Amino acid sequence: MADENPGTGGTAGTSKENAEPTGGPHSSAESSGADVAAQRADGGTPPASGEPEQAVDPAGVTPEGGNRLAAPASRTREGMFGVTGSGDTSGFGGLRLPGYAPAPAERPFGGWFDQFADDLAEALQERGVARGAVQQITIDRGEITFYVRRERILDLCRTLRDDEGLRFEMCSSVSGVDYGEAVAQRLHVVYHLLSMTYRRRIRLEVALDVDDPHLPSVVEVYPTADWHERETWDMFGVVFDGHPALTRILMPDDWDGHPQRKDYPLGGIPVEYKGGAEILPPDERRSYS
Amino acid sequence: MTDIRPDAPTPTPAPERDTTEGTIFTVTGGDWDTLLDEQHDDRIVINMGPQHPSTHGVLRLVLELEGETVQQARSVIGYLHTGIEKNCEYRTWTQGVTFVTRMDYLAPIFNEVGYCLAIEKLLGIEAPRRATVARVLLMELNRIGSHLVCLATGGMELGALTGMTAGFREREEVLHLLEFLTGLRMNHAYVRPGGLAQDFPEGWAEKVTELVAVMRSRLPDYDKLLTGQPIWRQRLEKVGYLPLDGCLALGATGPILRAAGLPWDLRKVEPYCGYEEYDFEVPTATEADCYARYRLRVAEMHESLKIVEQAVAKMEPGPVMVADRKVAWPAQLSVGSDGMGNTLEHVRKIMGQSMESLIHHFKLVTEGFSVPPGQVYQAIESPRGELGFHLVSDGGTRPVRVHAREPSFVNLQSMPAMSEGGMISDVIAAVASIDPVMGGVDR
Repeated sequence: MADENPGTGGTAGTSKENAEPTGGPHSSAESSGADVAAQRADGGTPPASGEPEQAVDPAGVTPEGGNRLAAPASRTREGMFGVTGSGDTSGFGGLRLPGYAPAPAERPFGGWFDQFADDLAEALQERGVARGAVQQITIDRGEITFYVRRERILDLCRTLRDDEGLRFEMCSSVSGVDYGEAVAQRLHVVYHLLSMTYRRRIRLEVALDVDDPHLPSVVEVYPTADWHERETWDMFGVVFDGHPALTRILMPDDWDGHPQRKDYPLGGIPVEYKGGAEILPPDERRSYS
Repeated sequence: MTDIRPDAPTPTPAPERDTTEGTIFTVTGGDWDTLLDEQHDDRIVINMGPQHPSTHGVLRLVLELEGETVQQARSVIGYLHTGIEKNCEYRTWTQGVTFVTRMDYLAPIFNEVGYCLAIEKLLGIEAPRRATVARVLLMELNRIGSHLVCLATGGMELGALTGMTAGFREREEVLHLLEFLTGLRMNHAYVRPGGLAQDFPEGWAEKVTELVAVMRSRLPDYDKLLTGQPIWRQRLEKVGYLPLDGCLALGATGPILRAAGLPWDLRKVEPYCGYEEYDFEVPTATEADCYARYRLRVAEMHESLKIVEQAVAKMEPGPVMVADRKVAWPAQLSVGSDGMGNTLEHVRKIMGQSMESLIHHFKLVTEGFSVPPGQVYQAIESPRGELGFHLVSDGGTRPVRVHAREPSFVNLQSMPAMSEGGMISDVIAAVASIDPVMGGVDR
């Protein structure tokens, strides 16, 4: 899997080794020996006591920069202007830009984040949720993101909603992100939770393999997630196991494919002008991105 | 077809006759009694919409009725899905404004501001003060216009047709003013990442003050026309009840949540655009019914007028776009004889004097600016509730993901909770009080 993710090493910030991306179907905290063996083969340090890493430690030790990246990198870039198939006219054709992987945060987080992370770790422990549920914490632009193991998302949401010190009464939004075909674990499901009591917002993020896009539904904890999850299924093909009626919501019932996947074409026809001039549809125009 | 009684009359084929236009069939219906046996109750499933004047746009409701009582209600959406989120991934960040403004078409300024605030958060920049105050001014004008449409269409759906004509008359005033200020009545694309497309035209302050005066004189008419009117109250009171816990579970925000007693307004609790500087109230009610939501919308219009007045006073001369020329749109727009376009001065400069300016203009307009990688979520208080933008960048000049947490979409989920167990006529009142805009629901 590591070869699918060439950009991880460069920008991973605190990751020490050429980090293996978080394995898809075997990414559980209670994972198998094969998983550990694969890590050893990659030069990663073997995790202690069967739990590869734990992001939040009440003692203040934060091994967020563990041996595996919870947040896979986005796509890598070559050249300068996104031009392919022509000669290197710009002289920048040899440019290689690594993909971006959100760096794990380091203590102190600042603001309410430290206390909150400790409270969450404590609450999870109280409820017997495996400590490896949270794989990584990232703080960026004043927003905190918890990268979560998919098996634990429901437990985590229930804890966040019910614990008195956390009280995330509302799930603002659930949506998907597709990071593109060349990226390992390209499908992400992103939850935006809101605590009205403490006036805090957090983000939970789960990375999924495109071949196994399953994760538990949180509808039983947040009924509002019903339509959000249906939309994410419709647009990204993420299967929320346990959803009461996971059907298409925006596209017609008999539609093929999931339109917001990056490999699904935008479609469109060229705009024609008098005299034969033509403007290509947007997805066929030159992209500089 | 086990429903059919054994002694039911065999259906006869429809009689036909040939005309010059083709064959015409005369189809006549039978009686339910001849078809259903006694085991079946009179429970029927009816489909309402998507093309129905009372469903608030292309919303389709599937209602299971027993007599006139709604046993189950489900909404079917997607008829106005236009792929705006996907389209944004194929344009530059600036071009995205033109798309998002078309989502909730009754509150376009809110879409633009929410989207631009999120981009500015990603870029780590802040719009200049004059632009921020102007955004507040525009948003509050837009809120008045949006609430007026809610009253107007809601009134029409409930048979208060004068409410509709009055509401649209007042909204027209708001649209005229927005046209004067931004150049367009709707779909403005006026708010841009980093500020505004251009400054307000001359004489804007007088026009805005004029509108405030007009609204101050006309808004009380709604109290006379609707608020105390017995029919209006009977149609709305104790109808579409959704208490606070229901609101939180279903994610309902905006007037629905505040009508249930929680003074949750993002302008107060998570101020953005400098809302903490403005003096205004957050109207709340505890009845949690359609009537409370109606009253809150009227009260919010009065509060918006207060904010507009304060914003006019706060407007100081200054730039309306960030100084960073790597983000600021290079064009300087002006109105010429052939409509709006780049100023002659700018064209003269880039075509005749400065090759670098021409390159810069060309690159910024075709390529766009790069946004540092990362993701943000920015929520603002739209007339319908929490409008959130989740933007993801991978460092390119186009977004990886633009997701709008549309309040219409989320609030519409509460329709079954509001209407099941009630009368079919109350479904209309409940939907009207949710005020979903299908452009926002389906995006």
